[in-house]
Amino acid sequence: MIAALRKTLFGGWVSSIVTVLLALVLWRGAAGLLDWAVVRGHGFGATPAMCRADGGACWAVIGEKYRFILFGRYPYEAQWRPAIVIGVFLALFGVSAFRACWRPMLGLVWVGALAIVLALMWGGFAGMEYVPQDSWGGLPITLLLSSVGCVLAFPLAVLVALGRRARSMPAVRAVCVLYVELVRGVPLVALLFMASVMLPLFLPEGLNPDKLLRAQVAIILFAAAYLAEVVRGGLQALPRGQYEAADALGLSYWQTQLRVILPQALRLVVPPLVNTFTGLFKDTSLVLIIGLLDLLTAGKVALADPVWQPFGEEVYLLLAAIYFAFCFFLSRASRRLEAS
Amino acid sequence: MSDIAVQIEHLKKSYGAVQVLRDISLSVATGERVVICGPSGSGKSTLIRCINRLERHDGGRIVVDGVELTDDVRALRAIRRDVGMVFQNFNLFPHLSVLENCTLAPIQVRGMSKAAAEELAMGLLARVRIPEQARKFPAQLSGGQQQRVAIARALAMQPRIMLFDEPTSALDPEMIKEVLDTMIELAGTGMTMLVVTHEMGFARQVADRVVFMDGGEIVEQGVPAALFANPRTERLQNFLGRILQG
Repeated sequence: MIAALRKTLFGGWVSSIVTVLLALVLWRGAAGLLDWAVVRGHGFGATPAMCRADGGACWAVIGEKYRFILFGRYPYEAQWRPAIVIGVFLALFGVSAFRACWRPMLGLVWVGALAIVLALMWGGFAGMEYVPQDSWGGLPITLLLSSVGCVLAFPLAVLVALGRRARSMPAVRAVCVLYVELVRGVPLVALLFMASVMLPLFLPEGLNPDKLLRAQVAIILFAAAYLAEVVRGGLQALPRGQYEAADALGLSYWQTQLRVILPQALRLVVPPLVNTFTGLFKDTSLVLIIGLLDLLTAGKVALADPVWQPFGEEVYLLLAAIYFAFCFFLSRASRRLEAS
Repeated sequence: MSDIAVQIEHLKKSYGAVQVLRDISLSVATGERVVICGPSGSGKSTLIRCINRLERHDGGRIVVDGVELTDDVRALRAIRRDVGMVFQNFNLFPHLSVLENCTLAPIQVRGMSKAAAEELAMGLLARVRIPEQARKFPAQLSGGQQQRVAIARALAMQPRIMLFDEPTSALDPEMIKEVLDTMIELAGTGMTMLVVTHEMGFARQVADRVVFMDGGEIVEQGVPAALFANPRTERLQNFLGRILQG
């Protein structure tokens, strides 16, 4: 073990110099961070004035603002509801990460969980105060947009990918190609703007879906275009013999796709699929431009408070930690899936 | 059911400018075992791939068990249900176990219950002498075993006609015999078989008729003993010379 380490780190004089230099840089960086965060840092009890005096980290800003960051402008007394919502999402992700749980039932579980989430967020029954969507914010918005985005974009992406390869149906194929190329050619910000500002102009009066739903639709359409290309890559990787064997056995088109082609093609593309999912999770922060208060925006707005304004680093570190935790979970889950 | 299992009339097929089948006519009786041989590029694989429409033909007619092959999807699926095919590269489904490979189509296409399909499949796996591999995945099997699974998978649809497209060409020499033995056993049951192969020993032992193709045409055909003993054309003489030498 030590011998192996020595060989890796000090295998030659170039390698030794690089090791020493990197160690120095790491040490300087880590020491600086440690000094700021812990040695000179102030705990939850500190006041802004105390923190400002010596320039150390002021973790009191987290203690003061974490509820706004997590829940946005949701009514303070009712914030146990979005807290449960976050718990529901975590449980849902946990269950979905296990391959043993991948049964048709899981779809129902997702639908049920989403119904609970929306019921809790809206309220207006069983003594729970009604909370309009404008007041939702923070982590539930991010989780809702990203997970519903992934779950609905994925089947759409599979259909588009299959459509793009349907040689016998040129019209379907053309529509799929057009859709992918159009959506991929436009930034998500532009799609969100269109969904938020332009869509209502085209819809008949009275039919005005709320802002969150419009953003959700834009995100689904955006993600599906990218996912469709990933899925198509998997479909193309399968040898023609698989199609021929299925044809020769008399399987229909959908039987062939569902039983033979997709199970193999999707397994091949787990890494790029998860890549796209993590990208999407972080891209949901762009909804700030249409005025939705997602996790990142909630953090920003929390910092607008003049008293706590100087302590942005602390808040952004917390946000980064939350984003990282979810993305890390996703990549671990995908590695397990690849291994199975 | 007619006495004619496969009727091919004036079949034509080209890939772009290259004509691979020129005016092929061939009639195979029910229960007949036909071996098709010829040099590579002679169109023999294309010919049997046309019979279950893995390749579309450009001209002529193919009638399988009284049903003509056209663009009619229903008729095509009906034909494919009754025509089993074994490929050179096995084409087993790698994500399914050996047993699942054999039960997929009976369950999905024939609408059999899982229990009945598994019983049928186990019987066939015993017949190709690998029942103990049922729970394994294709990648865990040798080439010869995989090809025997492929034969069992095709038989699980209880076809009336079996097509073999160079079933031993991708196998190591020591595995060829186990696959050929399985096919010989199958021939003994009276199955209608069309076999593209270079295994002249198999042809001699099993075939009712050998069809020699070259350049997209049927050059000669006849009972194996006579054909091999007195080839009438130079093309067949050359071909036999090359095959029997090697």
